[in-house]
Amino acid sequence: MFGRLTGLQDSLLADFWRMQEEMDDLLGGGLPFSGGIRSLPQGSFPAINVVQMPDSIQVYLFAPGLDPKKLAISIEQNLLSISGERQVPIDKKATYYRQERFGGAFNRSISLGDDVDPDRVDATYRDGIVHITLNRRESAKPRQIQIR
Amino acid sequence: MATNTSQVAEQGTQTGATQQRARTSEVLNRMPVDIFEDNDGITLQADMPGVSKDRLNVHVDGDSLLVEGQVQFNLPEHAKALYADIRSSTYRRSFVLSRELQTDKIEANLKDGVLTVRIPKRAEVRPRKIEVKTS
Repeated sequence: MFGRLTGLQDSLLADFWRMQEEMDDLLGGGLPFSGGIRSLPQGSFPAINVVQMPDSIQVYLFAPGLDPKKLAISIEQNLLSISGERQVPIDKKATYYRQERFGGAFNRSISLGDDVDPDRVDATYRDGIVHITLNRRESAKPRQIQIR
Repeated sequence: MATNTSQVAEQGTQTGATQQRARTSEVLNRMPVDIFEDNDGITLQADMPGVSKDRLNVHVDGDSLLVEGQVQFNLPEHAKALYADIRSSTYRRSFVLSRELQTDKIEANLKDGVLTVRIPKRAEVRPRKIEVKTS
């Protein structure tokens, strides 16, 4: 009887995971980077959004409560790496009911297109978001071709 | 040691208004929170990156505490998403406060996308140490 119950639970869970995968496919499956070999599971810290513009690539890291000085951003070839540490002090005398916020060291890498100019990268930190602007090479920018 | 008497219980998302809003508009971000209690009150910390002070709403109505915020994305029209972990610009979570908490003395502070809400306990329910007099 209990075996039956567990089996049912498992199948419910499997259904749930399948549904979530389908949702992910539906929402983000079409995004070019979603299946990247360096991508991390949903809910990893920090969350990342990448947006492509005609002359640049904008990377947003949702990294609240961070000391930007302790953040290391590097770019090698077309691989952007961001590593750092977020300190979440624990009050030892307090009783915790929920501890959902991430604390500790993190590392994320994103493989960008070949057309990023590594010499023209700019990063700012505001309201807990690290905003990295990577300019695209002149030759990679979309151009209008005139018909003669 | 803090006592276990106070609780900040999370409200289910099944409440009519929230459910309706979630259905009619976009998916909401359920931001991660830490909730802890010491002798004088309860502290709630929430990660809300991208929310500025003017787009944050900390609302107390009776025994309900609502925390919501909007992320400000300044994206031009021709931007194309390549990858997106965050697919909603709204954070929202609500909690039920218990009676011994002083809801009119709640303080909220937002720094670098981290919201800290401090909810003090009424003075009469705080644990007191009783001095033993010797004669």
